[in-house]
Amino acid sequence: MFVLATSAVLIALTLAVVRAIRGPTVFDRVLAGNTIGTFAILLLASVGFMTGRPEWLDIALTYGLLNLISTLAVLKFFRHGDLAYDIEEDGEP
Amino acid sequence: MMPLLIDIVSWALIAAGSAFVVIGAVGVVRMPDVYTRMHAASVSETLGAGLLVAGFILQAGFTLVTLKLLFILGLFFFTAPVVTHALAQAALHEDIEPVLSDDRRNDRATDTVAGQPEKTNARPSS
Amino acid sequence: MRQLSLGVMLFAFWLILSGHYTPMLVGIGLAATVLCVFVTYRMNSVDEETHPNHLFLSTFTYYPWLIWEITKSAWAVSKVIVNPKLPISPTMTVVGASQSTPNGIATYANSITLTPGTITVGVRGNELTVHALVSEGADDLEEGVMDARVSRFERGV
Repeated sequence: MFVLATSAVLIALTLAVVRAIRGPTVFDRVLAGNTIGTFAILLLASVGFMTGRPEWLDIALTYGLLNLISTLAVLKFFRHGDLAYDIEEDGEP
Repeated sequence: MMPLLIDIVSWALIAAGSAFVVIGAVGVVRMPDVYTRMHAASVSETLGAGLLVAGFILQAGFTLVTLKLLFILGLFFFTAPVVTHALAQAALHEDIEPVLSDDRRNDRATDTVAGQPEKTNARPSS
Repeated sequence: MRQLSLGVMLFAFWLILSGHYTPMLVGIGLAATVLCVFVTYRMNSVDEETHPNHLFLSTFTYYPWLIWEITKSAWAVSKVIVNPKLPISPTMTVVGASQSTPNGIATYANSITLTPGTITVGVRGNELTVHALVSEGADDLEEGVMDARVSRFERGV
């Protein structure tokens, strides 16, 4: 049964990669990257169960935290062109 | 008897979760613009991942592994909205206009600034 | 009081993730917990916004309701995706948030984003700009059922 879960997540991962390659704007690619990260966590969990080594869940947790931070950092970079920006150039209160 | 029942339920959960994960990914490919793709991605991030993890929990029994799986699920449920909101806000800020069939922002906003797309803030060309 | 509950939660987190219960590792965990609590105490960063103790009990009734909402709307969005004609009608709307604390508004906005089919695009004061995949989703939000539920959650009921 874990084989079904693993293959489903792999198919979904492939579709997300298709979107990352085709995506017209940079935000499509960031969204696809974040989705790929989510699927990678699920893939780690299901492969860990399939091979009987649930210790992989620790790696999955770490990967989830890294995924959040990297997505936010990339978004901030594309929005401001810089990771340390002045608050004035934002133009919003 | 009882282990068989747990097995059947967890298999059903894993099968349903796999289906929703694939449906969400298909939606990410099919949808026409960024904002609608986010809706499709959130299907596989919430319901798909939730059902898969619930199935894994039933397979694992009650050990430390269960708690770690619950942490992963909690991580999804707390970080997915943050990332989606940041992505949507950044896309709107970059003047990527959503494909809309109905725009009620100007009718419903009491504060006229709140609903406007942020086109008025012309960015300094640097 | 808040520091104490923060310390207990951090230590439980350490115990769950470590899985080794030798005196040395538990001792290191205890030291790390005490250090974290001390640093947050010096920063004055533990208050009812960052560590909302008083909402702990109401999460037990709010989360099952939220999960049921997520299931319903995820099912609706899945039906839209597998439909060959792709019957979407994207809608942008503005909904008011009746919550009084920043935590309440953040909970409402995140709940909207977490349910598939609706995304909070912007927050300004008490008004949330929402993008909905189908116009029925926007109608449901404008009715304000979820708004009332989050307000109840915020009051700790």
